[in-house]
Amino acid sequence: MLELNAQSIGFLVFSVFTIGGGLGVVTSRNLIHGALFLILSLFGAAGLFVLLSAEFLAAVQVLVYIGAIAILIIFAVMLTRSMTRLSEVFNRQWWLSAVVAVGLFVLILVGVILPVFGGMDTASVAPDVATTVDLGVALVDGNQYVLPFEVASILLTAAMIGAIVIARDNE
Amino acid sequence: MVPLWMYLLVAAALFCIGAYGVLSRRNAVAILMSVELMLNAVNINLIAFWRYLTPQNMSGQAFAAFVFVIAAAEAAVGLAIIISVYRSRRSVVVEDVNLLKG
Repeated sequence: MLELNAQSIGFLVFSVFTIGGGLGVVTSRNLIHGALFLILSLFGAAGLFVLLSAEFLAAVQVLVYIGAIAILIIFAVMLTRSMTRLSEVFNRQWWLSAVVAVGLFVLILVGVILPVFGGMDTASVAPDVATTVDLGVALVDGNQYVLPFEVASILLTAAMIGAIVIARDNE
Repeated sequence: MVPLWMYLLVAAALFCIGAYGVLSRRNAVAILMSVELMLNAVNINLIAFWRYLTPQNMSGQAFAAFVFVIAAAEAAVGLAIIISVYRSRRSVVVEDVNLLKG
C-alpha cells in the first residue's frame, strides 16, 4: 500500500481535516460550530494544495476563504441569530438527499476514479512544475488568460455592488 | 508521491458531503456553506489533475483561481440575499421563503 513518508502522512492528515470538517459542516446543529468546521475543512484543502505544489493557491485559499468568506459567513450567522439553533436541522427529504449523495459518490467512483485506480507508479509524474511566476504571467499574458482575468474583475465589482444594494436597508 | 486517485477520492467524498448538505439542510446559511464545500472539492480536483497531467501548463491553476473568484462573488451575493430575506421574513429557513411559489 502507501509507503509512509512525510508526504503521505501529510496527505492523510489533511484529508481527514477536509472530510471531517465537511461532515461537521453538514451535521452540526449550531451554525457557529458549522462555520468553524468549515474553516477546518478549508484549511485541510489548503494543505492538499501545498502537497500538490500549488503554494500560491494555498495562500489564496487561506486568505480569501478562511480570511474573508468564512468570516463573512460567521457574520451572517450572527446577524440571523434566532435561526442559529433550529430544532429541525434537516428537511423532510433528508433520506432522499442521502440516497442522491451516495448515488453520486458511487457514480463518480465508477466513472472517474476506477479508470485511474491503481496507478501507483507516480514516477512518470514530472518533478518540475510551473511556479507562481508562471501563474502570474499566464494571468496577464495576452495569449493566455488576460480576458477571463478582466471578466473576473468585472464580476467581482458587480457582485460587490449587487451585495451592497441587496443588503442595504431601504428605510 | 501520493497517487492521483486518492486526491480524486477525497474530492469526490467532499463534493458528495456538500451535495447532501445542499439538498437536506433547512438553514440557508448552512446551504451556502455546503456550496463552498462543493466548490472546494472542484478546486482539489482541478489542481490534482493539473499536477499529475499537465504540470508545465498553467491552465489548471488558472481555472482554480477563477473558481476562487466565483466562490467569493457567490458568497457575497448569497449572504446579502439571506440577510435581506431575514429582514423581511424574519426567517432564513428555505421552506419559509415561498413568496414566488404559485
